[in-house]
Amino acid sequence: MPEDRAQAPSGAAEIAALHAERAAELQRIKGRLAGLGEGKRYWRSLDELAESPEFLEMLHREFPQGASEWSDPVSRRQFLTLMGASLALAGLTGCVKGPKENIYPYIRQPEQIIPGKPLFFASAMTFLGYAEPLLVESHMGRPTKIEGNPDHGSSLGSTSLYAQASILSMYDPDRPRTITHLGEIRPWSEFSAQMAPVLEEQKKQQGSGIRLLTPTVTSPSLAAAIRRMLAVYPQAKWVQFEPAGRDNAREGARRAFGEVVDTVYKFEDADVVLSLDADFMVCGPGAVRHARDFAARRKVRSADPAMNRLYMVEPMPSSTGSLADHRIAMRASDIGAFASAVAAGVGVAGVEAPASLSPRQRRQAEVIARDLAAHKGRSLVIAGEWQPPEVHALAHAINGALGNAGKTVVYLPSAEAQPVNQWTAIKDLAEEMEQDKVQLLVIAGCNPVYDAPADLEFARRMEKVGLRIHLGLLADETAALCQWQIPECHFLESWGDARAHDGTVTLVQPLIAPLFGSKTLIELVALLAGEGAKSNYELVRDYWKSQLNRPDFDQFWAKCIHDGFIPDTASQPKAVTASTDRAAFAPTAPGADGIEVVLRPDPCVFDGRFANNGWLQEVPKPFSKVTWDNTALMSPATAKRLGVQDEDVVEIAVAGRKVTLPVCIQPGHADDSVTVHLGFGRTRAGKVGNKVGVNTYVLRTYEAPWVLTGAAVRKTGKRYALARTQMHWNMEGRNLVRHTDLEHFRKEPDFVKKYDYIPPASITPRHEYRDNSWGMVVDLNACNGCNACVVACNAENNIAIVGKDQVRRGREMHWIRIDQYYEGDPESPSLHTQPVACQHCENAPCEVVCPVAATVHGDEGTNDMVYNRCVGTRFCANNCPYKVRRFNFFQYQDYTTDLLKMARNPDVTVRSRGVIEKCSFCIQRLNAARIDSKLEGRPIRDGEVKTACQAACPPQAIIFGNMNDPESEVAKAKTLGHNYALLTEYNTEPRLTYLGSVRNPNPEFGEA
Amino acid sequence: MEARVIHESLKPAPVIAPGHTFESVTEKINAVVLTKKFGFGWIVGLAIAFMLANLLLLSTAVILIGGVGGFGINAPVGWGFDIVNFVWWIGIGHAGTLISAILLLLNQSWRTSINRFAEAMTLFAVACAGLFPLIHMGRPYFFYWLLPYPNVIALWPQTRSPLVWDVFAVTTYATVSLMFWLVGLIPDIATLRDRTKSTVLKYVYGILSMGWRGSARHWHNYESAYLLLAGLATPLVVSVHTVVSFDFAVGIIPGWHSTIFPPYFVAGAIFSGFAMVLTLIIPVRAYYKMHDFITDRHLDNMAKVMLATGLIVFYGYANEVFYAWYSASKWEQYMMFGNRMQGPYMWFYWALILCNGLVPQILWSKKMRLNVYVLFIVSIIVNIGMWLERFIIVVTSLAQDFLPSSWGMYYPTVWDFGFFIGTIGFFLSLMFLFVRFVPMISVFEVRMLLPESKPKGAAAHE
Repeated sequence: MPEDRAQAPSGAAEIAALHAERAAELQRIKGRLAGLGEGKRYWRSLDELAESPEFLEMLHREFPQGASEWSDPVSRRQFLTLMGASLALAGLTGCVKGPKENIYPYIRQPEQIIPGKPLFFASAMTFLGYAEPLLVESHMGRPTKIEGNPDHGSSLGSTSLYAQASILSMYDPDRPRTITHLGEIRPWSEFSAQMAPVLEEQKKQQGSGIRLLTPTVTSPSLAAAIRRMLAVYPQAKWVQFEPAGRDNAREGARRAFGEVVDTVYKFEDADVVLSLDADFMVCGPGAVRHARDFAARRKVRSADPAMNRLYMVEPMPSSTGSLADHRIAMRASDIGAFASAVAAGVGVAGVEAPASLSPRQRRQAEVIARDLAAHKGRSLVIAGEWQPPEVHALAHAINGALGNAGKTVVYLPSAEAQPVNQWTAIKDLAEEMEQDKVQLLVIAGCNPVYDAPADLEFARRMEKVGLRIHLGLLADETAALCQWQIPECHFLESWGDARAHDGTVTLVQPLIAPLFGSKTLIELVALLAGEGAKSNYELVRDYWKSQLNRPDFDQFWAKCIHDGFIPDTASQPKAVTASTDRAAFAPTAPGADGIEVVLRPDPCVFDGRFANNGWLQEVPKPFSKVTWDNTALMSPATAKRLGVQDEDVVEIAVAGRKVTLPVCIQPGHADDSVTVHLGFGRTRAGKVGNKVGVNTYVLRTYEAPWVLTGAAVRKTGKRYALARTQMHWNMEGRNLVRHTDLEHFRKEPDFVKKYDYIPPASITPRHEYRDNSWGMVVDLNACNGCNACVVACNAENNIAIVGKDQVRRGREMHWIRIDQYYEGDPESPSLHTQPVACQHCENAPCEVVCPVAATVHGDEGTNDMVYNRCVGTRFCANNCPYKVRRFNFFQYQDYTTDLLKMARNPDVTVRSRGVIEKCSFCIQRLNAARIDSKLEGRPIRDGEVKTACQAACPPQAIIFGNMNDPESEVAKAKTLGHNYALLTEYNTEPRLTYLGSVRNPNPEFGEA
Repeated sequence: MEARVIHESLKPAPVIAPGHTFESVTEKINAVVLTKKFGFGWIVGLAIAFMLANLLLLSTAVILIGGVGGFGINAPVGWGFDIVNFVWWIGIGHAGTLISAILLLLNQSWRTSINRFAEAMTLFAVACAGLFPLIHMGRPYFFYWLLPYPNVIALWPQTRSPLVWDVFAVTTYATVSLMFWLVGLIPDIATLRDRTKSTVLKYVYGILSMGWRGSARHWHNYESAYLLLAGLATPLVVSVHTVVSFDFAVGIIPGWHSTIFPPYFVAGAIFSGFAMVLTLIIPVRAYYKMHDFITDRHLDNMAKVMLATGLIVFYGYANEVFYAWYSASKWEQYMMFGNRMQGPYMWFYWALILCNGLVPQILWSKKMRLNVYVLFIVSIIVNIGMWLERFIIVVTSLAQDFLPSSWGMYYPTVWDFGFFIGTIGFFLSLMFLFVRFVPMISVFEVRMLLPESKPKGAAAHE
């Protein structure tokens, strides 16, 4: 298997060449040393020993070396070694003063930089090919925080959790720092020199041996560069591959319309939405925008709101599903049949309700079809990204039959430069490698050795290729099998472009020069095309100069870079003609009885690309709240039938392929179905991601990418301790999440208040807040628990990751968490999510009990932590009824890795061991706004300060502002009837309140 | 005096065996310090205790270097063994002062042969207790920030916090207890000074006896000082554990926020303190054959105190249950009936009821009170029960409080146990040293119990 091969060169000849080279190098060093006198050399080395940075650094640490490794999942060292070293050094640390540090002013002040004030630059991240427009905060040249680009229609200021976490990937200490050839350091010039004869050879055969493997490309400039390259080598092939890509959507569109189109949803006009296993608020292009538009139709701001209605049919509870008015748990392989029944119900010609459905499912489909049909042109059916093409085709047909096309659903020409079926493309590539047709394989930003279908045996076949080049952010499993490893630029280090979900050309602007002299794909392609030494910037800019062909290009380009996109490049809606081939939607026959295994990209590390991102590994997965692992998720009934409990290890065998996974019982999961997340069990992800979880790609074959039927699940008798951040899912009748249905809400708009106990008035006078009095409202009707806020808070507030072992001990550090509760029948419970951060109580129980006044009330009402004062008695955390205070049990912050130091927000203290920390309402942002407002002699405007969680939130569930300003959004939200606070009995008077959740069920649905 | 006839069988047993003289008392008690060889049992016992004490050293080093995360605490259970053991040790430390101060003021002559021992135990228990709050801090090297001292960093304790009250209560208690013990030792140390044959010890005892010559003026000053200290120490017996109980009672966590806590903590402390005195004194009495001075009457009295305070504690438990129900607060009700009685730590709760509520009832029987084996076992069970009580209060209340999403379990680590067992070792080591280097029974006070020390005519009583 790949991991065993490590970076070993594959051929004996290559090894011999390597040895010869090393010997020559040694000889050169010896020669240099001979030039130095004996004595001089001796003193020189002692000097080095005495003043080595490690030694000096050790002298002024607060804690002994290695103290942080205790908690480190990454490098657990032997306890005794650590003890011995630490005790020996402990004496030295006590009596040495802090380091002498000089602060030098700029000799030449860079334009725009005011030390201490961040700058924001527009850029974009590409995810599955599509651009997510961003606004990146830069401190003195270091990008530190990512926000959404508020001017861009794909974001409007919000971001996904992946975009939030991507900044950490740039500062990943595991990134390779140099170009290497068989593990030896090489300059770029040598790479290009060595490539020259190879390419010359290929040119003679029209490049028939060249294969370029990339992820999905929507970038016009990159696509043009690749086409130029293909023009030089007409026989070369360009293959795109994403393990969790959009083949189903592409194929579904092709079946429905005969061509590949992109689908954009207009939720603002949709009254009834049916989601066929589509987690559309989180997955797919435009998810951020879709989440916002969908949630806008659910926010209750009047006594008679015009709410939409969502039907969700899915095997495993998803974020979107948590907001559904009716959620139907259904095996993934039954959803096609269900979709057919709905299609038949709304009158799609030639489709009949399959007999395989149960009477109950048939009734449900009928009710849904009636509701959809009653909202013609104002309804919407969405097929899930991982559902097979026929479900997509059915969704298109239903939308067509309902007259939704052009109204709630808009078809755009595909944003992809070359929309092809990637799944077959990777198979073809594997077969060509087997047939020795490939001589030069360039893999850029892909990791097929890890994530290609297991039966393609990509690793074995790849080694038949003579020359393998890998361009990647990390030295992954694929890089280990390539002779050349070229570090790839992170998107924050590169120029580029990509199309957003609506087709808008979005520009990728670097925030920092490449940290390690890494290269971009477009540069590599240009090199292969023989275009020589053109820079990344020139390649992108020249392309657009030629495309736009404007006299005022320079000004226009500057404006586009500033805005982050090229205006008026959004795709025009496309008229599509529905295919008449009814066979297109014939659902594949549901698999054999027995258990199905549903493979899904992980909601946190996705297809494994983020496996080395600690923020994403540690963010609790929606619902299961598992961190740092993948599990076999199944319903309580299925678990009972299999005789397994939480944390039992089961073996899942499908067609001779086996994995062992710990069980996680998931209420609301479909029966006889097991959901398994991809993206774990990596062997070369890096220090964080290696050996986390189980590699489930081994189950995945070309024939069955998403749903494996006829699986055998067997209890192994072993147990495995999961690291979960929540263990108790019952509200115990405590009215924490208050909810009702729309009908009842119309009668009693203040239904939340009946649970309140208002304590008698205090005899002591209340503090008057004259200027600002900060408050927050979280709309539970909009929050889907997608975790974007959690990761945004991580980035903004320098929150440490603690590792699996510490999470297992209940020591995660997140300042905002998403509580998850189930109600009702465990088989089909109602799902409730509730984000909980510090409530900034007016009568804060934490403040009274701190012996050293380390947590105090700010004069604008916030509950503030003074980290320097905290001595760590933890009384405040014990006395906090909301349990939002976090304690640094160990030295969780990495004080030593330079790269991680750069990633931190300089406006927020990096907490040390032994102190409490918690949500501050992003007080650093409040302070920045306060300074601005004072300079301009005005109060802080409403909306001027957005907390990190609020800014990131795709459905805009968080409202923050000055409660003293009656015109502010937050003050208005607080006057709503369904605004309530947690634990009013205790008279804490939280400044964070919640808007109760209102569902809009279909009365006809009943107990159907 | 009212003349009445008391039947022989109703007369209390004597507090000192008959037949002793001044000389025999002095000889017998001081022999342990002055003339006896280091017994084999003593050496082995000290060695074991000292080894355990080294576990304390190791655990402290581990926690100080690695961080307080070495303990099993987490969120939501921010306090674990650290605070459980702190309260347990402080409670044990209660018997000494009670015996020396309150019983002195109440003129209970039976206290004299056990007060020295109990006070020493108090001091050592408080020393052990003090380690826990110190080491449980996230940044223990800033412990002095809890003290009001002039500084340039504008730092002053936040006096609304019970932890600040705790600092004052415990340090005051430790100081007064130490003073009381040292002052009480002066006449006996002087005796040792005069009798020891070792030159080194002569100097040591000489310094500690502070120039005591036994003159009438010395005695006069001594008696006034001792009485004043007793008066000073008496409120402290009540205040320390009251303040310790505030650490919980002031909090808002269900299971903590309770007004019964101060009296119930004080009673519990006396309960556990007497239990610990019995646990220690029964084997010591047997080993050094001190039956003449520590008579069955003493054991009987201590067992009675234990029974009485145990009943108060048991009442406290019943009261908590009643008020949880009567409060009509769903939080309080869940804490008592859902969490403590049926929750994940239910076995701890029911074991507590067994150890502290049911087992001590055996002491209603005089026969049982006079059976040292039964008494010894009961005292150990009570010690365990009192430890469980603190565990129930600290851990179960935190493990399941308001928001079920944050509920969690507490699992102590090897360092939690290491630290706890280490303090037991430390405590026992100090006890071993104490019985060998200081007269474990107050010689001069016992001599006062002898008939010959009484004024003529008063000897008829007692």
